[in-house]
Amino acid sequence: MSLADHPSAHADAPTSPAGVDLASRLRVWTTTVDHKRVGIMYVLMAVVFLVIGGVEAVAMRIQLWSSDLEVISPDVFNQLFTMHGTTMVFFVGMPILIGIGNYVVPLMIGARDMAFPRLNALGFWVTLFGGLLTYFSLATGGAPAIGWFAYAPLTETTFARSAAVDFWALGLIVAGIGTVTAAMNFVATILAMRAPGMTLNKIPFFTWTMLWTSVQILIAVPPLTAALVMVLFDRELGAHFFDVQNGGSALLWQHLFWFFGHPEVYILILPVFGMVSEIIPVFSRKVLFGYEFMAAATMAIAFISLGVWAHHMFAVGLSRQVDLFFIVASLLVSIPTGIKFFNWLATMFGGRIWFASPMLFCFGFLSMFLIGGLTGIMLALAPFDFQLTDSYFVVGHFHWVLIGGTLFGTFAGIHYWYPKVTGRMLSERLAHWQFWLLYIGFFVTFAPMHVAGMLGMPRRIFSYEPDRAWEIWNQLATIGALIQAPSYLIFVYNLVSSYRHGKIAGDDPWDAWTLEWTTSSPPPTYNFGTIPTVHSRRPLWDTKHPDDPDWQYE
Amino acid sequence: MNQQNDYYQTSGGPATTLPVPPDIAPEHTLNGHEWGMLSFLFSEVAFFSTLVVAYVTLHNDNLSGPTSEVLSLPLAVATTSLLLASSFTVHLATHALGHGRNAIFKLWWAVTITLGIAFLAGTAYEWYGLVVHDGLTISRNLFGSTFYTLVGFHALHVSGGVVAMLIILGLSLAKALGQAESTGARMVSWYWHFVDVVWIVVFTVIYLA
Ligand SMILES: [Cu+2]
Repeated sequence: MSLADHPSAHADAPTSPAGVDLASRLRVWTTTVDHKRVGIMYVLMAVVFLVIGGVEAVAMRIQLWSSDLEVISPDVFNQLFTMHGTTMVFFVGMPILIGIGNYVVPLMIGARDMAFPRLNALGFWVTLFGGLLTYFSLATGGAPAIGWFAYAPLTETTFARSAAVDFWALGLIVAGIGTVTAAMNFVATILAMRAPGMTLNKIPFFTWTMLWTSVQILIAVPPLTAALVMVLFDRELGAHFFDVQNGGSALLWQHLFWFFGHPEVYILILPVFGMVSEIIPVFSRKVLFGYEFMAAATMAIAFISLGVWAHHMFAVGLSRQVDLFFIVASLLVSIPTGIKFFNWLATMFGGRIWFASPMLFCFGFLSMFLIGGLTGIMLALAPFDFQLTDSYFVVGHFHWVLIGGTLFGTFAGIHYWYPKVTGRMLSERLAHWQFWLLYIGFFVTFAPMHVAGMLGMPRRIFSYEPDRAWEIWNQLATIGALIQAPSYLIFVYNLVSSYRHGKIAGDDPWDAWTLEWTTSSPPPTYNFGTIPTVHSRRPLWDTKHPDDPDWQYE
Repeated sequence: MNQQNDYYQTSGGPATTLPVPPDIAPEHTLNGHEWGMLSFLFSEVAFFSTLVVAYVTLHNDNLSGPTSEVLSLPLAVATTSLLLASSFTVHLATHALGHGRNAIFKLWWAVTITLGIAFLAGTAYEWYGLVVHDGLTISRNLFGSTFYTLVGFHALHVSGGVVAMLIILGLSLAKALGQAESTGARMVSWYWHFVDVVWIVVFTVIYLA
């Protein structure tokens, strides 16, 4: 509709024209400070690490296929679950969300780039090299075998003699610096660079959640960095922070790690709440129900989730008062989360629902996140947690939240914005295959883990005896993993093949309402020829319906 | 409101029959640099809080070796007053810069740098005494581990501030500071005030408690 605004749109688009040689293309990508290119690189990095982390997961599932198997040695198994967790949290989850945010947020708020474009590029490269540094631990003869939360004193030299832990800690420190710079950039961009008229109560909901995610990153990641520095000082300089033989405290590490670790869960879910809150209204043809309540709930989650970390530590033996405090605080989080859930349902209620792939993944998100939330409430109750702590029930629970919640929601976002990024539609047929294989495979993988956990199977064991009645549940889980695996391959194939052969998308394929859809697909480097002026939460609705604009009712 | 009319033109239709949106009131907020610096400092608060927590939790859990009793309060008071003074001088500097008095800016800016370096020298002197005379190293005991880490990271931040201020001083000696450099100077002064506040906390926790 507004292509005339930017005639050179396609020439400047972040996809290099064919015929340009590889070296100069590489130079363009490695030196870019365009938020769109940086965003794309974040997402591609995350997809590569997703495949690596997925291979690690499948290897573990094969080892657990039946009792007394030894396809993989115990030590390698320990390395696999350490790297699988680390990879998925730090090099898939955060980069993919930050990447999507990078691409979309400036477009959504009518800005031409992030507040600090060079810092933005730095953040990406630092995150990428943090990931490479972490994997460089393999060069020491094996990855660290400490679990992704690296409980002390396992990280002390006494128990981890090779330099693997040092590379792991360094990698996470470096990646953490990248994450913090990205968060600073989001805060500055969202607070200072909105288009005229887009007051904070009119910003697109995804932008609002990226703001609070960034606040959480700023509070939660530096303590992890500090704790990792202590690990390195213990190992390299002979300090004693977590060296229990010399008075150090293993408990301190747990507090510091989970002070990061719990908000991390919300860092990984809040942006997804935002994406879903963009997609559900568009595909239900209604405005988001209860925008103000949703906004307040996001804020509430961001604050409350800073005070719940010790629910990961009930089994350590804190006092009854402390346990009670953290039970209550953890249960409190379910209130704003529940508000959001009902608001999404209310948005869909009575709407004209269109089950295109983005909405299909939202449906996956809603159904699965609900279950993951409920098992979370169960685990927040200390007595229940005493019984099932460090069991497969916990593994089932958090995968349910991270895949059922974060991953389904992220896929919804990628299917929603891919046409904007590439100018082409993803294949709906492949997307449906991907969705159903993932949906079914996911259920078959992780539902049995809950049962195995209740039957007493501890997490992180590399093998088990035949008489424990765990075998059938493990076999189901392995079958589920093998059903899931092709869905990721279909996803990657769809990304690549649609880029060449997909249907031409046009500027606004979903008939949506936020500013990114006013630009060409892909948008020009400068995003907007004229900076738009905004009067309501759905500026593009106002443009499309000048006779009945939204600002009359807000 | 030219922009606004352009925006509506795309949809066509005579503008007179359509509802006309209210005027947009300009928003008063900090600019991007200020929000960026504030969020950076916010993350630094989280970082230093963690080191303070580690110090408070662990500094008494020593099996052997010197404890916080070996610290010299008078020396710490002296270095503290240097750093506090530098907060005033950096304020005077940016105030002068805001009023275009470049010579005065350069003077107070240089004084601030000198005070920062003097503070670092004081810390170096303190550490020398602790290591050589009291045998307190980072690996000696938990007091050593937590003390050197907390004070060391603070000193690292002071050093970073000194380097940033030296760069700006160099620029201001070469030519008058433009808009971008002035903003830079102002942001560095925010950072410097922050480093000062952190020191007050560190001083209270380590030397007064
Ligand atoms: Cu938690």
